[in-house]
Amino acid sequence: MERFSTFALISGLFFFFFGTFWQAVAPSLSLRNIPVKSIEELADNVLPEFYKLADDYPVEFKRYFGEPSKASFAEALNVGKAQYIAEACWHCHSQYIRPVSNEELRFGKVSYPSEYANVMQLPQLLGTRRVGPDLIREAGRHSNDWHVAHFKNPPNVVPDSVMPSYAWFFDKNGRPNKKGLAIVAYMQWLGSWAQEPVYQLDARK
Amino acid sequence: MVTRGKKGVVSFSLVYAHLVSALVFLGIVLLAGLLYSLQFLGKYPFPGVEFLSPGRVRMLHTNGAVYGFITNGYVAGLYWAVPRLTGYKVLNEKYLGWFMFWALQAAVLATAVGLLGGYAQAIEWGETPIFVDPFVLVYLLLALFQFTVPIYQYGKERPLYASSWYIISGLIWIPMVYIMGNYIPQFFIPGVAGAAITGTWIHDAVGLYVTPLGWGLMYFFVPVILKKPIWSHGLSLLGFWGLAFFYPMQGVHHYLWSPIPMYAQYAAVFSTLVLELAVVTVIINFFMTMRGNGDALKKSVPLRWMMIGIVNYGITCLQCSIQVLLTTQKAIHFTDWVVGHAHLIMFGTFGFWILGILSYLWPKVTGRRLYSSSLDEWAFWLIMIGMETMWVDLLAGGLVQGFTWWGLNPWMDSVRFSAPLWFVRTVTGIMIFVGFILYLYNFYMTAKKENIPSAQPQEA
Repeated sequence: MERFSTFALISGLFFFFFGTFWQAVAPSLSLRNIPVKSIEELADNVLPEFYKLADDYPVEFKRYFGEPSKASFAEALNVGKAQYIAEACWHCHSQYIRPVSNEELRFGKVSYPSEYANVMQLPQLLGTRRVGPDLIREAGRHSNDWHVAHFKNPPNVVPDSVMPSYAWFFDKNGRPNKKGLAIVAYMQWLGSWAQEPVYQLDARK
Repeated sequence: MVTRGKKGVVSFSLVYAHLVSALVFLGIVLLAGLLYSLQFLGKYPFPGVEFLSPGRVRMLHTNGAVYGFITNGYVAGLYWAVPRLTGYKVLNEKYLGWFMFWALQAAVLATAVGLLGGYAQAIEWGETPIFVDPFVLVYLLLALFQFTVPIYQYGKERPLYASSWYIISGLIWIPMVYIMGNYIPQFFIPGVAGAAITGTWIHDAVGLYVTPLGWGLMYFFVPVILKKPIWSHGLSLLGFWGLAFFYPMQGVHHYLWSPIPMYAQYAAVFSTLVLELAVVTVIINFFMTMRGNGDALKKSVPLRWMMIGIVNYGITCLQCSIQVLLTTQKAIHFTDWVVGHAHLIMFGTFGFWILGILSYLWPKVTGRRLYSSSLDEWAFWLIMIGMETMWVDLLAGGLVQGFTWWGLNPWMDSVRFSAPLWFVRTVTGIMIFVGFILYLYNFYMTAKKENIPSAQPQEA
């Protein structure tokens, strides 16, 4: 039995494909009927916060994105996601809400598969660690100004925060640059499809 | 191509080069981890420096550990173990061997530059930039042929030993796992199904690459140091087949209570629990091999590294079978508990094995006597106590965070309550780093020419 082919074929190939089927292929098959949204479909509904960004930072917005439109919103989402990945935000912020541990009370609606079926989750950004709070229901929780101040120096708005400052999201004059505007747009987009009115005091900060 | 003969089958220079690289990358990895831990104390030394942003340094820490430290360390072990196990040279030393060596170092350096430059991929343990991935893949395929050809030759004559089982399977698994994890969720399957695949990759990178190669080397080095055979061939078989069957079926346990279909989550939990039984057989096998040779642990620091690594492996897997339960997950998922778990397995087990292999091989490949055994002891105890304390500390941090969240405290409570534990984490990190400096100095001095040549022949 202890032959090369045993370990190459049975454990090396067969066991690998068997395990991978249950853990990777079968879930993909189960979820295959959910249509995957393109960036154009996602940007179809330009968020009010995006218009607000254009009002708040007219010079910068004009320079980097022109006018707020579906095309510029799509671009902002793409750039925002790229920053989210480059800075590895997903190492300290998750993007899914579990049906346990009072997460529904703290963050909002429990996550469901179809909200991830889009190109903004390519690669998926569910995350495995929370140093800061979950972000999949972030939309509308904070104002654009709050986000800008927060990215500049988090402890200024959240005392004792351990999040680093992102100075390179800002121009020399201290106003957000393309990366800064895009990441704020991305934050305001996360969960905008499942927004609920917030009645209770915000327990998240 | 492959030559037969007991003498001179090992390329000392290749073993030595990989050991040196492993040491260099371990230094970088430890420094990156230490820097990142300072962020949690509000004392980060480079605030506002883009390419040294803590989030990017964290990826240097984890990817440097897998691709820089562990891969170099394992390949050094394989260049020693495979030829001595089979009596055949590896496929090709002069060209393929050295090409692979420089390719690996170039790939790791390109990864480091890419991560710090902001070109990371959002795949955990696979943050290697997309433009580096094909080169890593080619490297892994070359490694497959480099090390399995001599085993294949030997296997035509006689039954294969446990080390070979793990090495063959591990080297076949990792290229497939790497393609699955780095390409499919990145380009083809988004969202929840992508998460299932990513989870499988996260787990397989550890379970189907680092673990089998590590066990393959342990099945070689521990009996060799003890100069006696492994206790039970039957348990070796049971352990291997248990690991090989249940390990690939666990990936989704990284995303429990997520929107991934529940049957995949149940399968992951079940196979993780059953795997614990297989792991116990492996550990019993090694402890029964140790039986009656306890003295060797006092005399041989390399053996001590390896056995403490095996103990840590047992602890980690026992911990795994507890933390994987859906009930436990409610409290400890997303917390430092998992970070502690990851440190105990990646450094406390596999890192310790490499430190053991290195301290065993170094005097042999340099042909010199160990510079100082007291430095060796100091390094061992500092790193070991630092590692175990860090583990306990992070577990405690995980419980604090998990229950603060569950109890609906304001979010910042979990950060404020963790501050003292994060401080202890940095202290243990400094202990490990100091231990590493002593280790490095000791082996640097050992390799220096003025040192007395070893009394024993190199091929001992």
